[in-house]
Amino acid sequence: MMRTIHAMLAMLLLAVPALAPAIDTERAFDDPVLQQRYENINRELRCLVCQNQTIADSNAGLASDLRREVRELIAAGKTDDEIREFMIERYGDFVLYRPRMTAQNLLLWAAPILLLVFGVIAALRVIRRRAAEADDESVETEADST
Amino acid sequence: MAKFIVPLVLFLLMGVFLYVGLQRDPRYVPSPLIGKSAPEFTLPSLQDPSYTVASTELAGRPWVLNVWGTWCSGCRQEHGVLLEIARQNAVPLVGLNWKDEDDAAKKWLRDLGNPYAVVAVDREGRTAVDWGVYGAPETFLIGPDGTVLYKHIAPMTMEVWRTEFLPRIEAPHSKSGSST
Repeated sequence: MMRTIHAMLAMLLLAVPALAPAIDTERAFDDPVLQQRYENINRELRCLVCQNQTIADSNAGLASDLRREVRELIAAGKTDDEIREFMIERYGDFVLYRPRMTAQNLLLWAAPILLLVFGVIAALRVIRRRAAEADDESVETEADST
Repeated sequence: MAKFIVPLVLFLLMGVFLYVGLQRDPRYVPSPLIGKSAPEFTLPSLQDPSYTVASTELAGRPWVLNVWGTWCSGCRQEHGVLLEIARQNAVPLVGLNWKDEDDAAKKWLRDLGNPYAVVAVDREGRTAVDWGVYGAPETFLIGPDGTVLYKHIAPMTMEVWRTEFLPRIEAPHSKSGSST
């Protein structure tokens, strides 16, 4: 049993993608600050033809087109937010790997808090009931002892 | 008995969410362009590069933009449908030849027939990015005032043409939306 688990864990490790270098063959910018921004933004944008990859790690034609847009927007002096906005205007929120809070997904963002509140209420009710039952029992045992 | 009702309701609710989730196609990404004005483009024509295709010249009546490439198998699949739509002559069909080779595209139209009123060449894919194109074939319907009324992602079918495009062409602005 343990051996199977170990084997499975080992296979899981193999499934972890290698920390692949950027797909670009050349640096986009000589300035390391701009290059860093370029790489960071690329890692946050979804490649929509290869949906579980970012445009930083896809060599799809669309991904390289989007990297080109990012490079040009940075070169044009746009801020990171402006570049994200540019992508959202064209491809929608789905292009972002780190979703924004919007009216549509508010419930999703609130879910952890709501679940915690429900959980606390449920736990309190169970604790109170158990306490009440325990009191009843102790009353009963007292009655027995007399 | 009452003890089981809350978990049961929660379980069923979760089941409904998961079931609905299974029916949805993750490859389909709704276009944020629906209801907004269509991105403008001025691109060379495939047949005559000295002639430019300008999206603004198409204003005043509904038109259809079909994004295609000879490398795209879905485009071959839908080609017969596009020819049929062109025969109906309801709206001009504008092709956007996306990241393709001119010679291959011209040969494609010679061999399979040309459903397009005009084909704009977007070799670098810049116009496609403006339109939020992520996988050919994609087909947009643009209203007479230049707003995007509808986007179909996947090969075109007569069914989609009849149920989604034609009603919006006949009564533009009455509704807009998008589907796979």
